[in-house]
Amino acid sequence: MTESGMSNSAIRIGILVFPGSNCDRDCAYVVEQIMGAQAELIWHKDAALPHVDAVIIPGGFSYGDYLRTGAIARFSPVMAAVTRFAEVGGLVLGICNGFQILLEAGLLPGAMLRNRSLSFICRDVRVRVDNHTTPFTSRCEPGQVLTLPIAHAEGNYYTDPATLSSLKAGNQVVFRYCTTDGQVTPEGNPTPHFNPNGSLDNIAGITNAAGNVLGLMPHPERAAEALLGNEDGRLILLSLLDSMKSAKPVMASSWRC
Amino acid sequence: MNSPAITPDLIARHRLTDEEYQKIVAVLGRAPNLTELGMFSVMWSEHCSYKSSRAFLTRLPTEGPQVVQGPGENAGVVDIGDGLVAVFKMESHNHPSFIEPYQGAATGVGGILRDVFTMGARPIALLNALRFGPLDNPKNRYLFRGVVAGIAGYGNCMGVPTVGGDVYFNDIYTHNPLVNAFCLGIARKDRIFLGRAAGVGNPVLYIGSKTGRDGIHGATMASDSFDEGSESKRPTVQVGDPFMEKLLMETCLELMEQDLLVGIQDMGAAGLTSSSCEMASRAGTGIELELADVPRREQGMTPYELLLSESQERMLLVAKPGCAGAVLDICKKWDVAAAVVGRVTGDGVLRVKEKGVVVAEVPARALADEAPKYERPAVAPPYQDHLQSLSLDLIPEPTDCSAVLDRLLASPTIAHKGWVFEQYDHMVQTNTLLRPGSDAAVLRIKGTDKALAVTADCNSLYCLLNPYIGAGIAVAEAARNLVCSGARPLALTDCLNFGNPERPDIMWQFILAVEGIADACKALKIPVVSGNVSFYNETRGLSIYPTPMIGMVGLIEKADRAVSQGFKAEGDVIVLLGETGEDLGGTEYLRVVHHREQGTPPMLNLDREIAVQALVLKAIEQGLVQSAHDCSEGGLAVALAECCLSAPSGPLAAPSCPLGAEITLDSAGLRRDSLLFGESQSRIILSVKSGDVQSLKELGDKSHVPLSILGFVGGRNLTISIRDDQGRANVWIDRPCRDLDILWRGALRSALESGDGHR
Repeated sequence: MTESGMSNSAIRIGILVFPGSNCDRDCAYVVEQIMGAQAELIWHKDAALPHVDAVIIPGGFSYGDYLRTGAIARFSPVMAAVTRFAEVGGLVLGICNGFQILLEAGLLPGAMLRNRSLSFICRDVRVRVDNHTTPFTSRCEPGQVLTLPIAHAEGNYYTDPATLSSLKAGNQVVFRYCTTDGQVTPEGNPTPHFNPNGSLDNIAGITNAAGNVLGLMPHPERAAEALLGNEDGRLILLSLLDSMKSAKPVMASSWRC
Repeated sequence: MNSPAITPDLIARHRLTDEEYQKIVAVLGRAPNLTELGMFSVMWSEHCSYKSSRAFLTRLPTEGPQVVQGPGENAGVVDIGDGLVAVFKMESHNHPSFIEPYQGAATGVGGILRDVFTMGARPIALLNALRFGPLDNPKNRYLFRGVVAGIAGYGNCMGVPTVGGDVYFNDIYTHNPLVNAFCLGIARKDRIFLGRAAGVGNPVLYIGSKTGRDGIHGATMASDSFDEGSESKRPTVQVGDPFMEKLLMETCLELMEQDLLVGIQDMGAAGLTSSSCEMASRAGTGIELELADVPRREQGMTPYELLLSESQERMLLVAKPGCAGAVLDICKKWDVAAAVVGRVTGDGVLRVKEKGVVVAEVPARALADEAPKYERPAVAPPYQDHLQSLSLDLIPEPTDCSAVLDRLLASPTIAHKGWVFEQYDHMVQTNTLLRPGSDAAVLRIKGTDKALAVTADCNSLYCLLNPYIGAGIAVAEAARNLVCSGARPLALTDCLNFGNPERPDIMWQFILAVEGIADACKALKIPVVSGNVSFYNETRGLSIYPTPMIGMVGLIEKADRAVSQGFKAEGDVIVLLGETGEDLGGTEYLRVVHHREQGTPPMLNLDREIAVQALVLKAIEQGLVQSAHDCSEGGLAVALAECCLSAPSGPLAAPSCPLGAEITLDSAGLRRDSLLFGESQSRIILSVKSGDVQSLKELGDKSHVPLSILGFVGGRNLTISIRDDQGRANVWIDRPCRDLDILWRGALRSALESGDGHR
C-alpha cells in the first residue's frame, strides 16, 4: 500500500511481444518482482489491448530487424491499439527496440541510424536526467546521473534541425549521454567518448509533446536489482508506477476498436 | 529409380574407404544406390560417427549422483536442485569458420542452441572458445572479425547472452582457426525431452526453415583437411537465420509446455538423415518419410539433396498420437513452417519415399551406430623429446621486469577482451551476475537463490608439450576458475580439437589427452556429460596443437555469494594459496619474450589442486573472500595486474584510477622470471579484509595448503619486490596501474587497427 492508497498489485502493465522480442520476459520480471504489479504479455496479432494502466514495448530484434529495426513491427495489429491508447494519454515506455518501434510508428519524432562505430555495443553508460518532471522520471533529481546498460547496434538518434529545436523547446529530451559527473559537450564537437553511438545532441531518450510516451535506448530493466550490481533503473520504473497510481483511469472504450 | 553406377571414384569422392563400402554392401545385402551412398557418407563421416575416437572416449567418467543424462543425447543434463536441471554442451564449427567466418561461427552458435533447446531447456547463456593465428596477418584479422561478428549477430538476435569464453592467438591456428561454441540452458527435471522416435504409428513432423541446397556434405567437409582448393568448399557452409531460430525456439518451448511430443531432435550435421536415423536407432524403431511433404525453398531438389541438406533452423519431432494438428497450430501461431513428413514404424528401417516410391531403405542402426570403430595406431612423435627439452641456461633472466609485464599484458592472448565481448549482448535475460572479464561468468537462476558459473579453458601449448598433463590441466584450470567465483564444479562438456587421426603422432596426442582428462575428472569427481570431437584440423600436413577444450559448469548455492576477480578496497590483504616452482616450460613469457615453445608444462599435483580448491570454497562460504583469481598465462605478475585492473563487479566501466597493490615475494631460491611469470599450477590469489586474515590462516593450516601473505591493496601502482635470502627486498616491477590499464585494455584494438599485432 502507498500514499495514494492503491495497491501495486492492482496495477496492470501490458508488455508487447513481437516475433523476435527478447526482453519481454525481462520486463515482465521487473514489473512483478520490482514494481509488485501485474504483467500482461500482449501478442502482436491482438488488435485490442486488454485493460492495462501502461504499455511497455520491450527490447529485442523484432522481425529480425529486417528492412530497418522496428520497421515491420509498427504494422502489427497491436500497434494501432497502442497508438489509440497513447492518443488518449495512456503511458507508453519503449526500451531499445521499443524506442525504435515508436519512432517507426510515428509516436515519437526522429529516426535511428547505425552506431557511429558500426558495431553492436553492450556496456554501461552514464545518462543525465534533463527532464525530471515526466511520468518516467518523477523520482529523479534534476540533472541526476544514472548508470544504465546499453546493448544495441542502431542507437544513433537523428532528426532534422526543426524537430530538434522543437524537442528542446518542449523539454522533450529526457536523457542525454554524459560523463561520470554529468557533463555533456556542447553541440558541434565530434562524438564525445561518453556518447556510445554518435546520437544527435547526445540524446539517449525522448518523450512526445504530451509527455506520456517515452523512448530510451538504455535498458532500465537490466539495472533494477542490487544483485545485478546496479539499481539506477528502478528510479524510472518506480516513477512510472507512481504515475500510474495517480493517473486518471483511461476509459476502456477509448482504446478498443 | 535411376541411380548412377557406384564407381570407385564415386565412393572416394564420398570420402568412404573400400572397406567401409564393403561393410555397407554387407549391411544392406546389396549395393547402395546413390542416395543411400550419400546417407552413409555423412553418417559414417568422422564428424558424425566419431569412428576414430569412440573406442577411446569410453575411458571418460560419465556418471555421478548429479548426472541425469550423460553422453549419447543432444546435450548433457545435470541436476541443480529446486526441481531444475542444467543442460549443456559444446560443439566445434572449425572448418566452416575458416571458409566463411561469419556464417561458420553464426551457424555454430545456432547448432549448439538447438542441441540445448531440443532437450526442453531454455538457453540462458552462450560461451565461445576461439583460436586464431596472430593478428599481424591480415587473413587472421579477417577471420577474427568475421567470427566475432557472426557469434554476435546470431546470439544477440536470439536473445541469449554470450557471457564468456576465451581467445588465444598462435600461428599454429593460422590455417585452422577453432570456433567452439558452448550453450547452457535450464529445464524442469520432470520435463526433459529426448531424441527418441518412440511409439509405432506416431506422426513424424518437420518444423522450421524450408530446406535448400546449403551445406550439402557439410559433415564430410568437417571431416576433411584443407588444401589449396579449400575456397571452392564455400557452398558447403550453411547459412544461418537467427530470427527464424528464435521463432523455432519459442515454438518448441511452447510445444513442450503443451505436452504434445514424444521425441524431438534438431537437424544438424547431415540434416534429415541424421535426425531421423538417430531418433529411430535410440528407440529401436524405424521411420518412414515421404519427401514430397518436406517443405523446400528450391525447385527440383532430388532425394539426395533433401536428405543431405544442412539448411539451418529445422527440427524433427515425433508427436503423441492424435497431436499432429495441435503441433501444426502452434507452429502457425509463430509463423514457422511445419508438415507431417512421416511416421514411426516397427521394423528398424529408415525408409524414404518420394511420391510413394521408395528411394532409400537403410536400417537406422546401421547408419547411426554401426560405423566402423577404428583404433588407429598411436606413436609418440620423434620430435617430442626435443620439444620437451629446455635448458634454462639458454634463457637469460630479464633485467627490466616492468617491461616484460607490459609486453605480456599487451599480448593479445592475455590482453583485455572487451573488444570482443562488448559486441555480445551479455546482459539480456537479466541473469548475468558476473559479466565477462572475471574467471568465470555467473548467471543467477530466477525463482531460486542459486547461480551457475560457467567457463571454457584449454592451454594448447601445454598439450603439445605433454598431452596428458596439458589436458589434465585444462580440467583442473576450468574447475579452479569456477571455484574462484564461488561455485562447486558439477560436470563438464568437451570439444576435442585435433589434427589428422590417420597420423600416429596425432592419435598418440589424442589418446593421451583423453587419459589426462579422464584421470583429472576422476580425481576431481567431475563427470563428462556431453562432448564433441573435431579431427582433421590441419592444412597441407601441418596440424594444430592438440586442443582439448573443456567447458565446465558449477553451482553457487547462494547467488549473492558470487566472487569476482578484481580487488575491492584499499587495505585489503593479498594472499597466495599454493606454491611457485621453477615452471617456465610452455609459458606465455617464454613464447612472447624468448620466442620459444618448449619445455615441459608445469606439473599438476591433483591432491594439491583438490586441497586448494576446497579451501577457497570454504573460505568463500564463510564470507572471508573479497576477490579470488587463479594464476595462469603470464603467471603471478599478470594475475596480480589483472586483479588491480578488473573493475569490481558492478556498473562502472574502466575506472580511471584502478586500485594498486604493494607486493613482496620471497625469492625461495627461484629465478625471478619463474617467480613472476612462471605458470605453476594450483595457485589462487585471494584478497581478504585485514580482520579476516587470521580466520583464513586457520583454515589454511587445517587443510595443509601453503599460504603466504603477498602484500596489500593500496596506492595507484603495482609494485612487486623480491626479498632475497638475506632479507633484502628489491623492487622488480613498479608501474602505475593507469598505464597498465591503457596497455591491457587497448591492446586488442591496436593489434586490429594498426595491423602490426604482437606475436
